[in-house]
Amino acid sequence: MIDEIENEELLEDVLDEARSDVVGHFDGEYPIEIEGLRNSFGSQVIHENLSLKVRRGEILGVVGGSGTGKSVLMRSIIGLQMPDEGEIRVFGKNTIGVMPDEESSVRSRWGVLFQGGALFSTLTVAENVEVPLKQFFPEIDAELRHEIARYKVVMSGLPEEAAAKYPSELSGGMRKRAGLARALALDPELLFLDEPTAGLDPIGAAMFDSLTRELTDTLGLTVFLITHDLDTLYAICDRVAVIADREVIAVGTIPELLKTDHPWIQEYFNGPRSRAARATSEAAGRGKSVDKGADGKA
Amino acid sequence: MRDWADFTVEEAGGRMTVVLEGALLVSTIALLDRKLRAMTDPVQEIDMSRTGDIDTIGAWTVYRFANENNAVIVGASEQADILLQAVRDSASTAPIEPPRLPVIPRVLDDTGRKVVAFGQGVLRFLGFLGAVIVALGAVIRHPRRFRYRALVRQFDLVGVSALGIVGLMSFLIGIVIAQQGAAQLRQFGAEIYTINLTGRLSFRELGVLMTAIMVAGRSGSAFAAQIGTMKLTEEIDAMRTIGVAPLEALIVPRILAAVLMMPLLGFYSALLAIVGGAFIADLTLGIPFMTFLSRIQEVVPIHDLWVGLVKAPVFGLIIALAGCYQGMQVQGNSEDVGLRTTKAVVQGIFMVIVLDAFFAVFFSEVGWG
Ligand SMILES: Nc1ncnc2c1ncn2[C@@H]1O[C@H](COP(=O)(O)OP(=O)(O)OP(=O)(O)O)[C@@H](O)[C@H]1O
Ligand SMILES: [Mg+2]
Repeated sequence: MIDEIENEELLEDVLDEARSDVVGHFDGEYPIEIEGLRNSFGSQVIHENLSLKVRRGEILGVVGGSGTGKSVLMRSIIGLQMPDEGEIRVFGKNTIGVMPDEESSVRSRWGVLFQGGALFSTLTVAENVEVPLKQFFPEIDAELRHEIARYKVVMSGLPEEAAAKYPSELSGGMRKRAGLARALALDPELLFLDEPTAGLDPIGAAMFDSLTRELTDTLGLTVFLITHDLDTLYAICDRVAVIADREVIAVGTIPELLKTDHPWIQEYFNGPRSRAARATSEAAGRGKSVDKGADGKA
Repeated sequence: MRDWADFTVEEAGGRMTVVLEGALLVSTIALLDRKLRAMTDPVQEIDMSRTGDIDTIGAWTVYRFANENNAVIVGASEQADILLQAVRDSASTAPIEPPRLPVIPRVLDDTGRKVVAFGQGVLRFLGFLGAVIVALGAVIRHPRRFRYRALVRQFDLVGVSALGIVGLMSFLIGIVIAQQGAAQLRQFGAEIYTINLTGRLSFRELGVLMTAIMVAGRSGSAFAAQIGTMKLTEEIDAMRTIGVAPLEALIVPRILAAVLMMPLLGFYSALLAIVGGAFIADLTLGIPFMTFLSRIQEVVPIHDLWVGLVKAPVFGLIIALAGCYQGMQVQGNSEDVGLRTTKAVVQGIFMVIVLDAFFAVFFSEVGWG
């Protein structure tokens, strides 16, 4: 048994090390709100008057042709890209003009998986996972931190030996998973995934989908999911936002989107690949999650 | 202020129950975790009925403690059950660092590896040199294939853009030599020999040597870092598969640029050093600027110019070879790019100075002393 004095010491240690700027959960309706966003590189305008609201607890799929600015949109939301105009609020707080390393109270509550993985190449996979833990919750015991890193690695679908490997020793798909493990390190309320299933084998991709869905349901995550993977869209997304012509042209469940008559949307969801994906999704009875978005939360 | 999760212990009929309280989240778990780890008594039961929100990190903490004590978990909410199940499925004891030997064997192991790596390094460098010569031969046989644009670009980077800094540095060095030389020579009443000193030293040694050091720092490092980064991002592999030989496309232009630019930069540097010397002589020694310059023509033998011009391309070659070779050796991660870049500069400058000593002996033996 531990006595009073020891208890006091432990508490003091924890209070000494803990950061003071950590805040509790967000309980507003829209963790991400974007209004009138404009982004450009030189004379090339990427977004013009783009608006989007992401609901709490949903998985929002973001689709659009290559180069339509999905990754740029994600970078603007997380404050890596300075927009020309517009407002972006994450957890109700403005992120524009805030330096990327400030405002940790917001940063500790989201996880980001970059399109290229973006692992720290001089650290092992497990050490990569530990970085955000160390950064935001330094009071956590090293022992626990190592354990967390280990189970996160396995939970993301990597073999356990991968924990001690360096990114350069991993395959492309394994790097994706290691990136996911790092994005999930803090059990963030908000998860940004940029093409998480690209480069994964179909079985791995399906596992990835069900992991994302399960975490969303149990932890109440909100997920901003950029994808080209139609199976992912049908299987786990509550709503889908379509980016074209420099703005979000439609947001809604897939059945809702099918009712619009924008040619790109029609081509996208009525193409042969999309039909096949829908058929598998219906056959597997996984279409449920899509319907739920339609009648429940919408 | 955060509400740290905590616990109380209840004992009933010899059964120890740990009753957890509060939210079990990453932001609130640290204290509970430390306390549980400090506990030594066996526990039979963990009561979760008084806990609030939970995430996987909270679930892991509970699971680990339960598992270590063989305790049963009661009162878990549905959500907690799902998370406990998830972390149980993901439990792992694999090491998270690459295996490491204990200190003494590791030192021996490292030493052995370094010796072997040195030997291999020498062989690899010879191999690289051979490959570069073959690539040069290929360029000469198929001049059409040569990348003139890349060469011109490197001329610009290695030569033209170095003019400012090399010029300033040489001017200042010229001032220092003339000023310090005059201070010593004045003791013999031989101040006028400051001109010989500045002129000969600039052409034979300083112009080329200082330029070589500057080029190693500017361009040798750039070669290594650039080629190294291209290796990391698989650009070099991509070039090979498309049928572009990286040696011809990347390395030959860089080496040629360094070899051709070094004599020009070296000569330019010597001129500016003399101008610096003339400037300070005018100011402090009473030797008029133009007199200084015209005396230079009389006191500096023409072979001093040749000594400088012969050494310069060799130094350029050494620096470019070191930079390109180290760049091609990069493997694994960004740290290696840094290490290799450092090596490229250090090796380049070191080799230049060693060779300079050889040249000094050689030229005095052939009567160009
Ligand atoms: N740093 C940059 N500088 C200049 N232009 C850029 C930059 N980053 C992106 N762009 C341009 O912005 C546009 C959108 O790029 P973005 O990466 O967001 O595309 P995407 O929708 O994510 O495409 P993909 O599906 O292929 O990943 C592209 O036309 C690209 O050329
Ligand atoms: Mg993208």
